[in-house]
Amino acid sequence: MPPRGGQRRRVLRVRDLRVSFGGPGGRFAAVDGISFEVGRAEALALIGESGSGKSTIALSLLRLLPEGAHASGRVELLGEDLLELPEASLSRVRGSSIAMVFHDPLAALNPVMRIGAQIAEALRAHARLDRRVAAATGLDLLQTVGLAPQTAKRYAHELSGGMRQRALIAVALACGPSLLVADEPTSALDAVTQRNIAALFRKVRRERGIGLLLATHDLELAAELCDRIAVLYAGRIVERGAVSDLLSKPRHPYTAALLRSVPPGLGGPRVRLVPVPGSPPPSWARPSGCAFRDRCSRALPDCAAAEPELTGSDGREVACFHPVEAA
Amino acid sequence: MTAPLLELDRICVDRGGIRVLDGLSLSIEPGEMLGLVGESGSGKSTLARAALRLIEPTSGAVRWRGRDLLAFTPRELRAARREMQIVFQDPATSLDPRMTVAESVAEPFEVHRLATAAERGDRVTELLRRVELGPELLHRYPHELSGGQAQRVALARALAVNPALLVADEALSALDVSLRAQMANLLLDLREGAGIACLLVSHDLRLVASICDRIAVLAGGALVHLGPASGIASDTRHPAALALVEAARPGIRIRRQT
Repeated sequence: MPPRGGQRRRVLRVRDLRVSFGGPGGRFAAVDGISFEVGRAEALALIGESGSGKSTIALSLLRLLPEGAHASGRVELLGEDLLELPEASLSRVRGSSIAMVFHDPLAALNPVMRIGAQIAEALRAHARLDRRVAAATGLDLLQTVGLAPQTAKRYAHELSGGMRQRALIAVALACGPSLLVADEPTSALDAVTQRNIAALFRKVRRERGIGLLLATHDLELAAELCDRIAVLYAGRIVERGAVSDLLSKPRHPYTAALLRSVPPGLGGPRVRLVPVPGSPPPSWARPSGCAFRDRCSRALPDCAAAEPELTGSDGREVACFHPVEAA
Repeated sequence: MTAPLLELDRICVDRGGIRVLDGLSLSIEPGEMLGLVGESGSGKSTLARAALRLIEPTSGAVRWRGRDLLAFTPRELRAARREMQIVFQDPATSLDPRMTVAESVAEPFEVHRLATAAERGDRVTELLRRVELGPELLHRYPHELSGGQAQRVALARALAVNPALLVADEALSALDVSLRAQMANLLLDLREGAGIACLLVSHDLRLVASICDRIAVLAGGALVHLGPASGIASDTRHPAALALVEAARPGIRIRRQT
């Protein structure tokens, strides 16, 4: 879905974000100078393997990084720099302009509070709402996410995985956020439920015009939900573009290799799967030059000399000295 | 014709007054890759555990190499258990956090009294090599491993006793797409090299279809489809199996050349 003309306004603007952690051999950067934007009602996927930095980016947007992590750069949400914001103002932003849907809804929902009360709490935290109005709005939200009204009286442990994820989405939507940050929102669910939750995300985006930042390793989920994809490798964006263009004509060898590792469709001949060879470097021991070169079939000596910059035009960028040529 | 490696014969399992598995029959041949798919709650994990007698079926028979597993003496059961190993979804919970990789992988040798203390070191290194892990991991603890490394350690531990059957209970599900492909190839190599049969429990039908010989589909505790992996998209009529086939439709067109 292309962003609708005229309505396109920037919700999120991230500039040169760096996140470092303390490690055995000194501090290291898990996120190493990343810039991106999400427009109103636009959806951007951050694609990467575990350790690529995608979850760290998601958490740093809400300033939820663990103790000892240090973030620098700018994270502007509706023009306001979240990294500069005093702790006291953060709770105003979290849940009102930006809300997060986590991988594990059981851990994210309050186990001793009924679902309805959690939605009402989120509603009342950011708007002066009468208890009864909050309850009624909560029921509307449950309907939006495809849950029965009785779910309001349930506790998280009484729900299936898919229902919990729907409940968590209802809580996230309660305050009318401009941006939804979702970190692997379907990876704990079975295949059929994954599809249903993906459909729910699409519906919510369409109906409410919410921006979506999706951190995932699931290329197909990204293709289904997002307009653009940024591929992360070892804390940097290595390729970026519109979904269909990037997936049909990958230019970075890593993107191409990642696409080849996806199992083929049903009914074809049996094939051996083709994983990306080797494993990503740990973030505390990133090699010089291009971080992917040890696993890359196109690597040449110059790949070790310098780190390729993300360059390109028309929203299509790649950070590679020897990209795959467009067919 | 030789007997199947493992045979489930009209197995029922009740838990808390609910019938979780309902008269299910299924067998695995030696060296076979059998995929077991179904939605959450369909009974996949219960079946995997009942097959290894980690839970006792309410009724029905489980036969291991043609003999009634449920009638095995504790000593016979221990011997059979050496041949049947299980790898779970979350290696973080199946590996002992206080044990190094070397200790974890060597533990089965001690439990089953398989190798002398002197031999164990070499055997452990050899097992790690089989799962494509380097010896530099030997003295790491589970929290120092990535998810993919930890899952390989769990697999190495399972392989320590030369099993005839490996049950992988969503063992690939928590991994990234590339790691998943690596592990899938590893399971295929184990079958080719050591003839290890595998019951691959997964919700990823495309992955299962790409590496398994046959696929069994569970729904509501019953077997609703069983057939060759190649025919899963065309041969099934059951709505639950069709829903899985539909959900497995590729979401992207993939360019398969470099």
